[in-house]
Amino acid sequence: MTATSTTAKPAFLANLWPFAQQQGVKILPSAIAILVFLVIWQLLCMGEGSNLPPPTTVLTETWDLIIDPFFDNGGNDKGLFWQIMASLQRVAVGFTLSTVVGVGVGILIGSSAKVYSALDPIFQLLRTIPPLAWLPISLAALQESETSAIFVIFITAIWPILINTAVGVQQVPQDYRNVSKVLQLSRMQYFFNVLLPAAAPYIFTGLKIGIGLAWLAIVAAEMLLGGVGIGFFIWDAWNSSQISELILALVYIGLVGLLLDRLIDAVSRLIVSEDV
Amino acid sequence: MEPMQTLSSPDLATQSPLRGDPFLVIDNVSKVYPTPNGPFTVLDGIDLTVLEGEFICLIGHSGCGKTTLLDTVSGFRKPSEGEVRLQGKRITRPGPDRMVVFQNYALLPWKTAFENVYLAVHSVYPEKSRKEKREIVREHLAMVGLDEAAHKRPGQLSGGMKQRVSIARALAIRPQVLVLDEPFGALDAITKEELQEELLNIWRDHRVTVLMITHDIDEALFLADRLVMMTNGPAAKIGEVLEIPFPRPRDRARLMEDPEYYNLRNYALDYLYRRYAHDDDG
Repeated sequence: MTATSTTAKPAFLANLWPFAQQQGVKILPSAIAILVFLVIWQLLCMGEGSNLPPPTTVLTETWDLIIDPFFDNGGNDKGLFWQIMASLQRVAVGFTLSTVVGVGVGILIGSSAKVYSALDPIFQLLRTIPPLAWLPISLAALQESETSAIFVIFITAIWPILINTAVGVQQVPQDYRNVSKVLQLSRMQYFFNVLLPAAAPYIFTGLKIGIGLAWLAIVAAEMLLGGVGIGFFIWDAWNSSQISELILALVYIGLVGLLLDRLIDAVSRLIVSEDV
Repeated sequence: MEPMQTLSSPDLATQSPLRGDPFLVIDNVSKVYPTPNGPFTVLDGIDLTVLEGEFICLIGHSGCGKTTLLDTVSGFRKPSEGEVRLQGKRITRPGPDRMVVFQNYALLPWKTAFENVYLAVHSVYPEKSRKEKREIVREHLAMVGLDEAAHKRPGQLSGGMKQRVSIARALAIRPQVLVLDEPFGALDAITKEELQEELLNIWRDHRVTVLMITHDIDEALFLADRLVMMTNGPAAKIGEVLEIPFPRPRDRARLMEDPEYYNLRNYALDYLYRRYAHDDDG
């Protein structure tokens, strides 16, 4: 009986099952870990006097927000999708700027050992300044909160991109440089055929670190600047004692951060040759 | 010490006396590096004249400056004294007329075999049409037997195949001099012999002048017109130049039966391992 029913299954299902099994084996341990975490959280926060709500309360209290992320009642009263999109938009602008400038300047200073050694200490110093420390000075200089937020993203994300690019340029193997010299490649040919592909893995390492920092910075900056955005959403939830909403926002921030990281990984896999 | 003509004047009139030069002249080349302990002489007054179409092998112990010498021909290094001239023109920088085949292939790993060769052809013949350039690439990859693997990346090719691509790349741009730095050093014995024979065929067809570093006396005897044996460094000189008189085309099996082959071989071995024995050379 069972034998006939399995053979009757369509082929794709038969292929799907081992795949699902395989994935299940990979996911299972993390699923158990998350479950254990939730159970502990539930047990710790179940009591009457608990300051934080247990996961079940978070879920029931935020259920409306979860199922309808797209509502828009004007002003700051928007669904979580729009809050996150607003933050992502700022990150997109700031991160794009820091990618362009970081890669560009990184290539320039990486090409000259003297310039690199002159500027490297400055970059090392600047890169340790926490994102939020840049906020007052950018407000002072730019006068506008939206541009300031983007500037904070830019200045936070640029250092790892710039430094990694410069190192990547310096790491171009001597053999490739020699080939370029013998062939007398033009600057453009050298740039696109040798330098950029050789530095690409380093550049993507910088981008990966940069995007993480950018997401970190935007949430913090929005808390101070207000307006629509997941950072201010958290601050707003805190001010109105909506701890459940706050926790939901944290989960979303984590998920988006993870997705951004994976996105850079995916782009890097598309572009960077595995043979480098 | 330098001859007057080398006072780098671009004026053609001052260079005209050099027109009678043979093809490639290494003229009293020395290379000295400054070190904290005073100047360190790598090469000391090397003189070598190479005829057009000649196949020259360079042999000597590691550290004797063979690579430095070839680098002055390819233009990667400038001699401290003396100069290298190709057809009467002083060599000052690398150029595609003296194409190099590197020991570790130096293929760009993100490009396929075809693209690696194409980049060279495109850079040297920018005026040719895309179709012509692609045809040149195809022809040269076929010449080294790589039509099948043209669209593979170096990571998917064996060492021998990579060196074939490198040789195809070098020849596709029609260099006047082909500079090879131990091109077969990293290959297994069978691949090595195959490639030696291919190189010889290509050399005969192209009539390219070849300068090649090798560690392998048999390789040198099979390939070369003349074998240049260097003394040990520092301050290496040319110790002796051995004429390899075997008629061409050479057949490896018949060569091995020639008693003269063993005379030359023993002579070279004696030179390297007795007269210029090297302590730390395994």
